[in-house]
Amino acid sequence: MTMATAKATVDRPAATPRRDRSRMILRKLFRSGVFLTGFGIVLFWVFCAIFGIYLVPYDPLSSDILNALQPPSAVHWFGTDQLGRDVFSRVIVGSREILVVAPAATLLATVVGSALGLCTGYFRGVLDDVVSRIMEAVMAIPGVLLALLAIVSIGTSKVAVIVVIGLSFAPNIARTVRSAVMQERELDYVAAAHLRRENAAYVMFVEILPNVIPPILVEATVRLGYAIFAVATLSFIGFGIQPPSPDWGLSISTNYGMINGGFWWTVLFDALAIASVVIGVNLVADGVQGAFSER
Amino acid sequence: MGRRAPFGVFAISAFILKRLALSLVTLVLLSAIVFGVGQVLPGSVGRLLLGPFADQRAVDALNTSLGLDRPLLVQYGDWIWGFVQGDMGRSYMYEAPVRPFVVEALGNSLKLAAVAFVIVVPAAIAGGVIAALNYNRPIDRIISIGGLTMTVLPEFVTGIILILIFGVWLKWLPISAAWPDGAGAFTQIYYLILPSMPLILVLFGYIARMARSGMIEALDSDWTRTAVLKGLPWRLVIWRHVLRNALLPTITVIATQTGYLIGGLVVVETLFRYQGIGLLVFTAAKGKDIPMLLAGILVIGIVYTFTTLIADLLYAVFNPRIRLGALS
Repeated sequence: MTMATAKATVDRPAATPRRDRSRMILRKLFRSGVFLTGFGIVLFWVFCAIFGIYLVPYDPLSSDILNALQPPSAVHWFGTDQLGRDVFSRVIVGSREILVVAPAATLLATVVGSALGLCTGYFRGVLDDVVSRIMEAVMAIPGVLLALLAIVSIGTSKVAVIVVIGLSFAPNIARTVRSAVMQERELDYVAAAHLRRENAAYVMFVEILPNVIPPILVEATVRLGYAIFAVATLSFIGFGIQPPSPDWGLSISTNYGMINGGFWWTVLFDALAIASVVIGVNLVADGVQGAFSER
Repeated sequence: MGRRAPFGVFAISAFILKRLALSLVTLVLLSAIVFGVGQVLPGSVGRLLLGPFADQRAVDALNTSLGLDRPLLVQYGDWIWGFVQGDMGRSYMYEAPVRPFVVEALGNSLKLAAVAFVIVVPAAIAGGVIAALNYNRPIDRIISIGGLTMTVLPEFVTGIILILIFGVWLKWLPISAAWPDGAGAFTQIYYLILPSMPLILVLFGYIARMARSGMIEALDSDWTRTAVLKGLPWRLVIWRHVLRNALLPTITVIATQTGYLIGGLVVVETLFRYQGIGLLVFTAAKGKDIPMLLAGILVIGIVYTFTTLIADLLYAVFNPRIRLGALS
């Protein structure tokens, strides 16, 4: 049954009603085990980020020096850190900031990148050459270093992290959008819009943009995984989320110095939490990519 | 597609020239970006160095002696010209030329990167080839999914878990990369195994995936079928026909990953306290040692640009089809 629809979509992309297509993609998504697993993991952490603070047994910030560095027990499931703070509560609440900062950075990257990609792909020529060269140069600096450089200059704050990661990821999205736009602009509906004498902004944003949403969505979910990676890494090296937040990367960086003393519980659970979120988001990205790959 | 190029040699040298010019443009832009971002620092450098209570005249004098009161373009030109001649500026923190620090750190990082590469390249290619030969069987699934999972994890996360397992619980490997003074090559390598593991895990997935897809494509091709049909033994088909073609794209991936690798070094070197270029950049950033920071990042950018350039050139030499419009 999907064969006929799929074929029609390939022949005349604009002909299939958009709502049908998105319903088909949604159906595909919720049948994919990869997507559902990832979605479940992400949903769990989003739940923790929103409601965790009301559910955890201890205040994640209050210290209890007398009970510092206790191994996991029935009282403290994941043990306590060097200030006697409950690790379990901190791990649950630690999802909060990274799950705001990373998606915000991804959103910024998507908006800026899509705009750049639309303009360069649509106008081409000198603008494209100049912007593309600059973006190549930006991409030649490993992301973490670019972030480091920029954050040293503009100072450490959540907004700074969002802006820096957002802007350093924008070229990747721009590249994807640009190549999609270059294909779209050769199609008849764009020529028709030109014949109607629509202006460039209208053609770009009203005509072309809706048709390049799938690659933008796929690239954005992939970037979200990288953004979480980047925020966690920046927090770990001290340039991201700042104390006293129970953020995972930050907790690892404050506790790993004592790892040789055998206090494994102060870092292991945070590491596993980061790992699960990153894997979850990547599974979602994989699922989305799969659902969009054959329309 | 593109215009048909006349002769191979001519096309390849044109390609090399164009690619060289492109790298040069990238480098100039890169240095401008690095320099530009370095200028946005709040407050004057003289004030930063002398502290909030210093006399304003002393601050101005220091700014003048550091050449910071000149127009930006002049400062940039000066900086670049110095860099080209091998003068990377003076560190604020150590009050000494930056270059020896950068050179030594780069050497250390290259050691670490070399250990990682020597282990990961053969392992990942073997992994990718084995996965492709067992396409869609459990081994393929394990290699592909496992590799990708490791690729997406931040290095400090895998690093911490590896330290816990091999350093703290099993006590097989030292958890710091600082080997005793005068240690021989083997001791150094022994100390570098654990620090290189997070890098290896990230790279394994990328390289194995490229090798796998290259293999699958090559196995599926007409020339492989011809080779099989003309009666060559399977082993010979794989070695002589499939592998050679399959591993071409892998070369590019390996080289582009060097750039990533150097970025990943910041984290790994911080985690293992290893005096490489990553830790140098990190320390410079913490101490607002701008000349050191800029030099470190620019050197990393240069290394990255060169490795991608070499990768592209290798690819062009190995694969003459590049002249048919693959450039843009």
